[in-house]
Amino acid sequence: MITAAETQSGLPRIPFGDWVDTAVSWITSTFAWLFDLVKDVVVWCYDQIDLVLSAPPFWVIALVLAALAFWAKGWRLGLGALVGFAVIDVMDQWSNAMDTLALVILASVIALVIGIPLGIWAARNDAVSRVLRPVLDFMQTMPAFVYLIPTVIIFRVGVVPGIIATVIFALAPGVRFTELGIRQVDREVVEAGHAFGATEGRIMRQIQLPLALPTIMAGINQVIMLALSMVVISGMVGAAGLGGDVVAALNRVNISLGFEAGLSVVILAMFLDRITSALADRAPVAKALKAAAV
Amino acid sequence: MTVGPGVTTQQDPHQAGRTDAAAGQAAPSDSDQGVQGTLATKTTGTTTGTEGTPAVQVENVYKIFGRRSGEAARKLKAGASRADVASLGTAAVIDASFEVAKGEIFVVMGLSGSGKSTLIRMLNGLWKPTSGTVRLGGQDINAVGAKKLRDIRQKSVSMVFQHFALLPHRTVLDNAAYPLEIQGVDKASRLERARTALDLVGLTDWADKLPSQLSGGMRQRVGLARALAADTDVLLMDEAFSALDPLIRREMQEQLVELQSKLGKTIIFITHDLNEAMFLGDRIAVMRDGRIVQIGSSEEILSDPANDYVAQFVADVDRTRVLTASSLMHRPRAVVPMSAGPRGASRTMREAQVSAAYVVDRSRTLRGVVYDAEVVDALRAGVTSLEGLVRDDLTAVTEDTSLAEVFAPAAESPLPVPVTDAAGRLVGVIPRVVLLEAMVPQHLEETTDETSTQGSADDDTVASAAVEQAPTSAGAADAVAAAPVPADPSEQTTGERP
Repeated sequence: MITAAETQSGLPRIPFGDWVDTAVSWITSTFAWLFDLVKDVVVWCYDQIDLVLSAPPFWVIALVLAALAFWAKGWRLGLGALVGFAVIDVMDQWSNAMDTLALVILASVIALVIGIPLGIWAARNDAVSRVLRPVLDFMQTMPAFVYLIPTVIIFRVGVVPGIIATVIFALAPGVRFTELGIRQVDREVVEAGHAFGATEGRIMRQIQLPLALPTIMAGINQVIMLALSMVVISGMVGAAGLGGDVVAALNRVNISLGFEAGLSVVILAMFLDRITSALADRAPVAKALKAAAV
Repeated sequence: MTVGPGVTTQQDPHQAGRTDAAAGQAAPSDSDQGVQGTLATKTTGTTTGTEGTPAVQVENVYKIFGRRSGEAARKLKAGASRADVASLGTAAVIDASFEVAKGEIFVVMGLSGSGKSTLIRMLNGLWKPTSGTVRLGGQDINAVGAKKLRDIRQKSVSMVFQHFALLPHRTVLDNAAYPLEIQGVDKASRLERARTALDLVGLTDWADKLPSQLSGGMRQRVGLARALAADTDVLLMDEAFSALDPLIRREMQEQLVELQSKLGKTIIFITHDLNEAMFLGDRIAVMRDGRIVQIGSSEEILSDPANDYVAQFVADVDRTRVLTASSLMHRPRAVVPMSAGPRGASRTMREAQVSAAYVVDRSRTLRGVVYDAEVVDALRAGVTSLEGLVRDDLTAVTEDTSLAEVFAPAAESPLPVPVTDAAGRLVGVIPRVVLLEAMVPQHLEETTDETSTQGSADDDTVASAAVEQAPTSAGAADAVAAAPVPADPSEQTTGERP
């Protein structure tokens, strides 16, 4: 051991970690005003959604969500949702579940608002697609906890770092499925649009997006599922909801609390998954194709 | 070429192009001269028949895919082959030039990979040619901006696709109305026009269905209705019927021809099916490896293929549906005017060494046939008029009857089948042996020709060309009656009783 700045193989030790640390500190101090603004906006949005979900009594929200399930799919899903929510409530996890739902909704909406336009851009431009692909790989495969560290430094503990980390983690499928969906649209149909003199905008709006919608909906489903899994992890940095209880149960080796919080997450996940899948089936193109089978 | 100067300047390259095409077809044997002559008159006929600019003009168009397409195009122009420039890019279309007159059905035929789909996509600007010009109604479509190009596509040219390319989430009616929606036509009138288009293709009752609820043939009719609703002069059809099963395909072809004659659209039709090309096309361009190897009517391509490739291609076509009676008819040898009487009839039959003769009146209208035995009987009985001897027991066909329909009359009678023009005048006859010969593809004939002395298709065409001209000249009846006896009597007739 001559110096610390050498690895066992003899190659010099390059301190990537230190550089990132320095960069994050610099970013934090330089863009403090921006982060404060982002934080205020995110907190405000979260509070509004959470208020809508948490303020009314249990049965009002449960019935509304069950009605949504009934409309999207049918009475079976509606009834199942109602039973599931009752189970959450009797485990005394309802208010945590609503906090988590608010987090998921907000994070998913932000991820989709960024992801879908990016996906459209990537579908139309090969260069963008090539640049975006490794970035998305990075975002998806980097261990989720790692996002929490800089976000905590920048936004400190609470709801905001949780949401930001969730958005980054859940962004990739939104972009990927949108790009894939648009690229998969039958080339001849797009050509038909051009051949009849449609503008690019009209082709995107009336041909590419509607035909890509089933795939994009699958992407939305994935975004929501990833958001839900990340929201639980973000309980570690003090985000509200079921994640907090899961982390607490882990720290205290509390099996009963861990099981109850975990089961609530599962019920919520199933609800969100079934609803989004049902909505995907209701896309006009998906319906039109189903009509052929009848 | 600029658009400005108008008709005169545009006519010039056009005529030049024709001459080139004709020269390109010059074939080794002398007998081809006659065919070439008819080709020249025929093609000029198409152009002079329509006023003003042709609907579509394509001049020396190249399309090369690949990064170094410009360089590849230059090398191709300098005479390099497609394989020579393979490293620079894929040459999809090489030096294509043709013109399509208004109201014509122009078929581009070739196997997959011959560049025909790329070619048709350059006609509405979906692809830009690497070099060369494409004009629609005189307008160079690659010299205009994006907005003007969209305008041209909306107003002047529409397209029907191989796999229909319908919007699956819209009803049949909305699909048919889509081009009008793009044009900004208000809802009520665009739906009304779409309904009219659906009526034309016979889908009135299916307007509210989704495309996925329709059969393939019906879906393509929606595609056709959509293109018709756009009401453009030019209709591009890219393998439009290739995805349909054969029975439906034939039905659609017939419907298309009917629609064309009703609406007078200019149609450019891409296909890999020769029978389809022959059925639909006023003229056909045969493509191979990116080049147009021959342009001509279906009969010209069948009877005078430009090279071995085309000859091989046309070898297995159903010739009976393409060839018409006029292409096979021979000069009738034993023709007797009504006024000649039994004496004249017997002399004609004796000279021509046949046992029956066709009887025509003063205007050369076919009246029937007289037989040797009866004529001789009448002579003995001192009858001086042919009137009572003429039998009309044979069926005449017209010049444009397809060969498929000549078989039945040919089987009914041992005499050659008489061919008449629209006015009922006798213009030629088809001996049964000629009919059977025509069934043998050209390249097989050439090999058998070595052994037989006469009777190849080339002679047929010359003979028919002579017959075609005969009625127009004065004293035609005499000329035909006095026709010299050919060297080979076997060609003569099945009606001969030695």
